[in-house]
Amino acid sequence: MPSYQLSVNGKPYTVEADAQMPLLWVIRDLIGLTGTKYGCGIAQCGACTVHLSGAPVRSCSFPVSAVGEQAVTTIEGLSEDNSHPVQRAWIAEQVPQCGYCQSGQIMSAVALLAGNANPDDEAINAAMNGNICRCGTYPRIRKAIKTAASYSR
Amino acid sequence: MKPQHISRRDFLSQVAWSGTALTLAAYLPASGRTLPEIINPVTNGILPGTELMSWISIAPTGRVTLMCNRSEMGQGTFQALPQMLAEELEVRLDDVEILFAPANPEKYGPQPQEGSFSVRGWAPRLLRTGACAREMLIEAAATEWNIPRHDCYAENGTVINRATQTKLTYGALAEKASKLKPPTEVILKKRADYKIIGKPAPRKDIPLKTNGSAIFGLDKKLPGMKYAVIERSRRFRETVKGFDDSETRKIPGVSHVFKVKRPVFSQYCEGVAVVADSLWAAMQGRKVLKVNWNEPDFECPDTTSLEKQMRENLQKIGGQPKFETEYNHCAQKLEAVYETPYQSHSCMEPLNCIADARADSIEIWGPIQEANWIQADLSQRFNIPIDHVAVHMTFLGGGFGRKAFPDYPYEAALISKEIQAPIQVVWTREDDMTAGPFRPGAFYALKGGLNADGGIHAFQANTATQWIGQEWSPTPPGPPDAAGYNTGDFEGLLHPYRQGIPHYSFGGVGTHSPIPVMWWRSVSASTQGFACESFIDELAHLAGKDPLVFRRQHLPSPRYQALIDRMAELTQWQSRGKNPGWGVAFTECFTGICGHAVKVARNAEGKIRIEKVIALMDCGWYVNPDIIRAQVEGSIVMALGAATTHATTFEDGRAAQQNFDTYPMPRIADIPPIEVHIMENDEKPGGVGEPGLPPFAPALANAIFDLTGQRVRRLPFSLDGIS
Repeated sequence: MPSYQLSVNGKPYTVEADAQMPLLWVIRDLIGLTGTKYGCGIAQCGACTVHLSGAPVRSCSFPVSAVGEQAVTTIEGLSEDNSHPVQRAWIAEQVPQCGYCQSGQIMSAVALLAGNANPDDEAINAAMNGNICRCGTYPRIRKAIKTAASYSR
Repeated sequence: MKPQHISRRDFLSQVAWSGTALTLAAYLPASGRTLPEIINPVTNGILPGTELMSWISIAPTGRVTLMCNRSEMGQGTFQALPQMLAEELEVRLDDVEILFAPANPEKYGPQPQEGSFSVRGWAPRLLRTGACAREMLIEAAATEWNIPRHDCYAENGTVINRATQTKLTYGALAEKASKLKPPTEVILKKRADYKIIGKPAPRKDIPLKTNGSAIFGLDKKLPGMKYAVIERSRRFRETVKGFDDSETRKIPGVSHVFKVKRPVFSQYCEGVAVVADSLWAAMQGRKVLKVNWNEPDFECPDTTSLEKQMRENLQKIGGQPKFETEYNHCAQKLEAVYETPYQSHSCMEPLNCIADARADSIEIWGPIQEANWIQADLSQRFNIPIDHVAVHMTFLGGGFGRKAFPDYPYEAALISKEIQAPIQVVWTREDDMTAGPFRPGAFYALKGGLNADGGIHAFQANTATQWIGQEWSPTPPGPPDAAGYNTGDFEGLLHPYRQGIPHYSFGGVGTHSPIPVMWWRSVSASTQGFACESFIDELAHLAGKDPLVFRRQHLPSPRYQALIDRMAELTQWQSRGKNPGWGVAFTECFTGICGHAVKVARNAEGKIRIEKVIALMDCGWYVNPDIIRAQVEGSIVMALGAATTHATTFEDGRAAQQNFDTYPMPRIADIPPIEVHIMENDEKPGGVGEPGLPPFAPALANAIFDLTGQRVRRLPFSLDGIS
């Protein structure tokens, strides 16, 4: 089986995996970071969203062999103590209910705010429309993104 | 098989809410025990402390641990329960830690998570438990100081000597208090004196859900654990004729392939399990597995045949003679049929379960709504004493009723027993969406007759649906009892209107189908609410009356009058103008009453868009207003999908929708502004997690009628399809 050198949350890992194995299962089952979730397996729900060199990708449909040199960031890489502004905003606005989709929601929001410090509703819709929340926390997600934006102003 | 539920009415009738002396009930204190296994779901560490009662332990630091006997699937028990305990125990909310209790009905009471029951059902016990523990701590301090106990009081985790203001901490008193006999009567606080209940305290589980540390079922791992996925019959009752696993066994890591079965009510569903060292390997092995299924010896329905059956069944229901006479005398008459589809639960976390089955014990970990039922079911099916079956709850990535069923833990236990190792069985999204049980589709034939003054004189609701109770027993349910609750699938049908309508009649015929069905968030109210509250609107228009005024006329209880008046204020109903696109609906289920007002308008392209939703929840006595708002907001989003998009359809006996590409969920761009308001009154606590959902579809349909004159009588409907 091929071997891959990955940088996940700033730490180096060597994993042996089938080239087609999705990054999601590498992160969860080989590296042991379970904050990134399986929701659909077909890049429809966004629960598996992680960053590759800062850009959001659906890790359930992204083969490990395509990662290359790109740095992987997962929810655990934002901060363990919830000090990242988006995590703080998510707590301030009491966003999660069941919480299962929220790692993916937060990773999409972090990527949005990195490229747009003050997103309007349209920008939020465009960036967040790939993330499903069955509990229906969308009104609070919208609010929390604006709150997070206000932290850095 | 299913444990006996506490009747909601019986239980609530025994309960007084505040300022009353109460006698302790069962499951209350087992004092003087040392700490049992209190497992932290995140760290798996065992916590130190003295167990004061079976639910509470207090550490020497004063930290209070509350064993949560409920599931946490997003509905907020992880905050509502500590708030209730902290209020009566007189500790700061931050000093209470909450952990999942393992299944143990003798110790923690019944644990099913359904019926929006956490607050309305457990408030009495938690308030009394907190108050009893407080009294035991006060008594311990009084003994220590050798003064009468009424010379002491409790505040902020300490007992204070009234005369000297000397303090002893709960941490210092806990061991002594644990040896005392709990009081048989305690005085609960008056609502006006609450410091913690009624406040929007932030939820304790949220910080675990923003950094990836919350452990859901799929995140739990055991040493030496293997993984299984199952190739399942897509036709529910199909049986395995044979399989070819030659390619499967070539996948590195695959260790076992064998036939399994899963109990679904009185049936079994078969499949072939692929077990491997990793989930990925098991999934790869399943892809190349070839299963031959026996020719079905049962009917393989499609949606067209199911709907035909429901329409025909509605025709079979005979009228009650007295009702028919009254109806025939009415000045104006109206009949309509309302249609609703089968639906999938589609929790974000697909079903999964870990089992470690040994010769004389079974241990289960997973996202579980029904710990007690699972414990009893596994004990019976595997013939193992119930106290040798341990059921541990993780966080649930959604539940909506689907995870209140013992089929998926049974399957895990069966596989673990076969391979003699711990196993995690993982359902793919496709498994989860196609295997059911589904919320049954329901068709309603409604008849309403108006008297000369435009009031409803006679109302008939006939139902054709696949009764949930029929999955266990072939006998369809009878008509609702006088109070309208706890009567199987008729639950709550037209309940609030019965005071205001002189003659009504109910009937029903069950749909026969091999499709497994079960409860779904708000159960029958999710479909009958749409039918009844749309039809009430139709009757209002027939009577030439304003729909809100018409409802007020037929909902005479002071509670409903107040609710409707408040809704009129919030919507500025009287000044809204003619046909501006407003609709309202009110439904009641699980003792929570909710009203929605929806405003629709046409956009620049002439398409109907929802501009605003105003929700008004009357759940009586409540604990945390922010959790209520969150639950109602979420219910509206789920109801939006149910009203405008979601239908599981069947083709040749198989569910057609397999994943979110064909069963699309509402997304952030689809969500209108939502306002949630809460009624302030002194009613008993009502449900919240479910009652916020049913009024949405009828309120939306009524708004569409108001704007366009088109009546929507079938779910789901596309907003773009309204001309």
